[in-house]
Amino acid sequence: MKSEFTPPIGKISNVNGQCISMIGNDIDTDRIIPARFLKCVNFDLLGESVFEDDRKTLKGRHPFDLEENKNASILIVNSNFGCGSSREHAPQALMRWGIKAIIGESFADIFYSNCIAIGIPCFTLPKNSIEEIQNYCDNKFLFLEIDLKNSFATGKDLSLNLEIKESSRKMFLSGEWDATSTLLENENIIENKFNELPYINFNSRFS
Amino acid sequence: MSQDTLFDKVWDLHKVSSLPGGSDQIFIGLHLIHEVTSPQAFGALKDKNLKVKFPERTVATVDHIVPTDNQSRPFKDNLAEQMIETLEKNCLEHKIRFFNIGSGNQGIVHVVAPELGLTQPGMTIACGDSHTSTHGAFGSIAFGIGTSQVRDVLATQTIAMNKLKVRQILCDNKLSKGVYAKDLVLHIINKLGVKAGAGFAYEFAGPAIDELSMEERMTICNMSIEGGARCGYINPDEKTFSYIKNKLCAPKNKHWDKALTWWNSLKSDENSIYDDVIKLDASKVEPTVTWGITPGQSIGINQEIPQLDDLSPNDKLVAKEAYEYMSFKPGQLIKDTPVDVCFIGSCTNGRISDLRIAAQVLKDKKVSKNVKAFVVPGSEKVATAAKQEGIDQIFKDSGFQWREPGCSMCLAMNSDKLIGNQVSASSSNRNFKGRQGSPSGRTLLMSPAMVAAAAINGRVSDVREFIN
Repeated sequence: MKSEFTPPIGKISNVNGQCISMIGNDIDTDRIIPARFLKCVNFDLLGESVFEDDRKTLKGRHPFDLEENKNASILIVNSNFGCGSSREHAPQALMRWGIKAIIGESFADIFYSNCIAIGIPCFTLPKNSIEEIQNYCDNKFLFLEIDLKNSFATGKDLSLNLEIKESSRKMFLSGEWDATSTLLENENIIENKFNELPYINFNSRFS
Repeated sequence: MSQDTLFDKVWDLHKVSSLPGGSDQIFIGLHLIHEVTSPQAFGALKDKNLKVKFPERTVATVDHIVPTDNQSRPFKDNLAEQMIETLEKNCLEHKIRFFNIGSGNQGIVHVVAPELGLTQPGMTIACGDSHTSTHGAFGSIAFGIGTSQVRDVLATQTIAMNKLKVRQILCDNKLSKGVYAKDLVLHIINKLGVKAGAGFAYEFAGPAIDELSMEERMTICNMSIEGGARCGYINPDEKTFSYIKNKLCAPKNKHWDKALTWWNSLKSDENSIYDDVIKLDASKVEPTVTWGITPGQSIGINQEIPQLDDLSPNDKLVAKEAYEYMSFKPGQLIKDTPVDVCFIGSCTNGRISDLRIAAQVLKDKKVSKNVKAFVVPGSEKVATAAKQEGIDQIFKDSGFQWREPGCSMCLAMNSDKLIGNQVSASSSNRNFKGRQGSPSGRTLLMSPAMVAAAAINGRVSDVREFIN
């Protein structure tokens, strides 16, 4: 657990940091943060419980417990990461532990939206590139400088063309990833839409 | 790109604007909230000094944290009590309708909204819960969202989202006797894989789907997310309309006729275009049981747990993890695996028809003395109906504990949990590591009828041996 947590704010155009590799397909959000930690009315304390059960099982050998990873901030994962429950507690716990960006083979849809909504850019790479990075991380420290403008990452011995959804990339560069204010800009159109929907009128008992 | 499907029609109707980079701003017709994923969203509204834009479009109930044994307040669990109090306070402050315990309408949010007639064809429905896909059974476009998006819906009644592609899953023929919607959806997830649905909405169609009741259709759509699709739906038909008719919030009188005309116009056109179409033969589906740690790792009741060599390269990694966690050997039969706990309930299979089918299996039988068995009705309405029909008594006579409505051991946020590496036969939706409350607990997913059969024998059984 890192000491001071400050949530990201505004434009995100670069993420620089040490990589931490987490091997496994279909790692679900129950594993990222078990349900018992969802009994809270804010996200503040979730960082220390990230991967709680997996970490207990591995008794100190889990990547999130290794001394050499304690300052890592770029998570490297395999396919379908974050599947299952929609709990935003999962990316919130990762972020509060210190994760600032994730690079993986693929992500579950809701997890991906949650990450974007809280300011964690998620990038994809083909399976073999991910495995190469994970092998590299096994042996030495890997520091990456991620440039969102060009969807490009550079390290000491490698450079990577990262994939990211264009809508997400634009939102991070413009600082509009915290969507509420962007959505509110269309307040008039929202009102019109409301009035135009057929079912708003015929559901008399709704209100 | 798909065209003229129900998904396209409903999406286009609800589109408010195009956002930079290709995502859309989508109006949400019905917003459902519960105690776990909403408090931080209300907190964020306060921080941003925003109000709830259309309080009448949001409906709340309490389900995840409620105890199923003693529901008197304050709850024994302080944290659970704090969560329900926070929801009560937020609903009161923002004038949101809240179906609380004892109202007669409380229950699992995805059981309650259809029962009340809130869920209707052609709506967009969002909820901070991945099983929101359930509501797609009515021909609505329904999907789970995270807490930041709950905040956005509260503040603007819209969210930013990329339009999904549409995959039609055509289910030919009919399910055979003793095979249920749960078996079909587990089979679909097994065939397509747990991540195939990423970026897609699933349209379930074909004779086998037409044949299903509304509650069975909810079971199918509920588990779309287990196949990676955050949205699954079925085109509405006469069954849909007659289910909704006369429900508390259903359109009435002249509004009903208008609604019918509109609902009928929403169905995917005959010549609509899909991004992908998959066909399967429903008559080949057997009673299905999961053996692993993802809902895709399932087999027919008479099949063996697959060998590593029989699996695709992508599935091998998680299969190895599953053998170890579950203490199963490749080639082992799933049938006759001893079970410790039997759980009937959840938003997948906690409805009255699920309880009826399980009760038919249990009638005049006893639960094995080695098994702890309990049934958690999906809602207060389900519980009431079951009591009227005498189903609760059949469960109790067999040795099942009869509990109060809630999510319970589907995700074990209350005190209903597995202990150690107990094996549970469960009618719920997820067999993830630790899902049912013990970090080493093992879950076998199956239909409620199969859970009842397992409870009687104390081991995984073929329910077809129990029914005539």
